[in-house]
Amino acid sequence: MSKFKKKKSGDIPAVNTAALPDIVFMLLFFFMVTTVMREVTLKVKVVTPQATEVNKLERKSLVSYIYIGEPTEQLQAQFGTADRIQLNDAFATKKDIIPFVEGEREQTDPAEVPLMTFSIKADMEAEMGIVTDVKQELRKANALKINYSTKKTDKIVD
Amino acid sequence: MARRAAPEINAGSMADIAFLLLIFFLVTTTMDVDTGLTRKLPPPIEDEIENPPEVKERNVFQVLVNANNDLLVEGEPILVTQLREAAKEFIIGDPTFTDASMPEGKPTDIPLLGRIMVSKQIVSLQNDRGTSYDMYIKVQNELVGAYNEVREEFAQRKFGKSIQQLETGAEDSELFEQQLSAVKKVYPQRISEAEPKNVGE
Repeated sequence: MSKFKKKKSGDIPAVNTAALPDIVFMLLFFFMVTTVMREVTLKVKVVTPQATEVNKLERKSLVSYIYIGEPTEQLQAQFGTADRIQLNDAFATKKDIIPFVEGEREQTDPAEVPLMTFSIKADMEAEMGIVTDVKQELRKANALKINYSTKKTDKIVD
Repeated sequence: MARRAAPEINAGSMADIAFLLLIFFLVTTTMDVDTGLTRKLPPPIEDEIENPPEVKERNVFQVLVNANNDLLVEGEPILVTQLREAAKEFIIGDPTFTDASMPEGKPTDIPLLGRIMVSKQIVSLQNDRGTSYDMYIKVQNELVGAYNEVREEFAQRKFGKSIQQLETGAEDSELFEQQLSAVKKVYPQRISEAEPKNVGE
């Protein structure tokens, strides 16, 4: 009978939290692996326009970005508000695009060079003049696969 | 004094540390997938071609965008939201290819479909250097959308399948691949971009 007595006297047992750190670690690793730190500091303001017929960009290692927009507020005192091109971490002019394309090609496996895509991330308020200049330079550099970065939306408005 | 057993490390705060890191990564994670309109630029031309091939006016769907973001399509000012319908009408054209305002047909051999008349349609897009990028993307989007819708309707009518079904099936099935390329041959996407004008500055 002593067996039963013992059970009666016991309080509600505490919830075992020994596995809690394991669960948290698991979540931690998941987020650590999926996190992509932004590799460039944006010096230009970019709000991409919206479109309905968008494709997903695949093979991110084969995508190079060209940013176009007006300089961010902190840099406006120094650089003004005219639209500028940003390649990697610095402002650039259209003359820098061909060397940039060649540089990107050198870093890529020669077999995969034809698959390279240049993604133009331009601000929706940018003027087409500068975008056209970039496109013409890309043509000269024979980088013909381009992508206009846009957000997906269901419907466009006037 | 006998040798003391090594004291056990207190792992109680481990969870707190892990939580802290977890919250940091949770906050910094952005799960956005890059999306965009994929286009192909025309190859560079060394010199100006002396005699550019003549294209008849009826085969060209002219889209002009000025520096004030106004749209002029085939001489008529319209809104962006109306562009898709207008472009679709032009791409499909006249089934008998006799209407003088619609593009001409050209007999073409297409696998699975045989010799059929294919419209000689070309969409010509010209913008100004002062046009906003947003407007340009909207116009591009509507034109690509018009082609996609026309192809979709054709694929449904001829093969009873959607373009998406054909695309996913194309890797495994040769028939799907042929059907997909047939649809693309009947309605080839011809968007020609002229050098921009500079009048708005």
